[in-house]
Amino acid sequence: MTAFDFTLVVLAVSALAGFLGALTGLGGGVVVVPALTLALGVDIRYAIGASLVSVIATSSGAAAAYVKEGYSNIRIGMLLEIATTLGALAGAIIAAHVTTHAIAIVFGLVLLQAAYQSFSSKHDAGSIVKSDTLGRKLRLGGNYPAENGLQDYGVRNVPTGFGLMFGAGALSGLLGIGSGAVKVIAMDRAMRIPFKVSTTTSNFMIGVTAAASAGVYLSRGYVDPRVAMPVMLGVLGGALLGTRVLARARVRTLRLVFGVVVLALAMEMIVNGILGKV
Amino acid sequence: MNDQRLEIIIGNLLRAGVLLAAVIVFAGGVLYMAHDHAHHVDYHAFMPGGDSTRTLPGIVNSAFQLNSEGLMQLGLVLLIATPVARVAFAVVGFALERDRMYTVVSLIVLAILAYSLLHAT
Repeated sequence: MTAFDFTLVVLAVSALAGFLGALTGLGGGVVVVPALTLALGVDIRYAIGASLVSVIATSSGAAAAYVKEGYSNIRIGMLLEIATTLGALAGAIIAAHVTTHAIAIVFGLVLLQAAYQSFSSKHDAGSIVKSDTLGRKLRLGGNYPAENGLQDYGVRNVPTGFGLMFGAGALSGLLGIGSGAVKVIAMDRAMRIPFKVSTTTSNFMIGVTAAASAGVYLSRGYVDPRVAMPVMLGVLGGALLGTRVLARARVRTLRLVFGVVVLALAMEMIVNGILGKV
Repeated sequence: MNDQRLEIIIGNLLRAGVLLAAVIVFAGGVLYMAHDHAHHVDYHAFMPGGDSTRTLPGIVNSAFQLNSEGLMQLGLVLLIATPVARVAFAVVGFALERDRMYTVVSLIVLAILAYSLLHAT
């Protein structure tokens, strides 16, 4: 394959991944990495390096838009980033000491979870709770715009959320993905933070988490500019377009289609990892 | 200065950073295509590149010589710096709000990021 063909194909695939990732809320990384490794035979280390920088691009690029909506909670985000950055550092260090087959298999398992999430319908628990003692001491509670004015919410189970966030960071550092799904589970399910607040706060945490492992990736040569250039430009362009049409799209059908694709990619990653092909 | 106002300013700065990074990466990409479009590429085997793509001084040096790979990598490094800048702004913001607890929290995050980036490269 010539450099021109490679760049063009990767640009197109990444744009599609960024577009679908933004529409479904699953992020572009989960599709870019399997597409590069399975379809184009790129070593998984180059793929996760390129994916990681594209994750930063979408997170930082969308920060302003999310803040204006008034949902994200910077205190919650900053506190939990202590856990995600430490986890990301650990994950990036582990990545150097395990085989690429093992990374592919873990990646496949994460894809399975993402597929499952696409199929299961959203539930909004309407979790308006009072903060528990630690949540109150850390002043994590806040409010967000609801149908009838500002709605207050509390925050619970901070230690559990903190632990889950360490895990989310480790997955991000190991696989070069944003692992937004795990972050949302930690905040929404464990800490009882309203879903909208969880997803927008997760978006801004993703970039900081990824930056913690980016240095390690860079110094090891995982970030090859010839691969990362089309991935970053493609995912960023696709994601920007995705957030534009988000309001008008029929997300439910899309999530199902996306779920099937992700499920297929999960199987292939796991099988190829076990057979030692990736 | 409240949380929301500060966040919007930071958000706009970050978007500017991402755009600048994308422009530099794109410029490097155009240069790369102009020179090497017909080259055969194969990323099957992992071979870490040299200093010009892996260390900060090497990348900066390579970029200033208008080397395409160095230029693309410089844009990517700038991109990696945007979340770090975001945390640094948060430190300042919380300090201005005289919120000691969260000034310390954001300083810890900044220290972890600095450790990772400086130690690794």
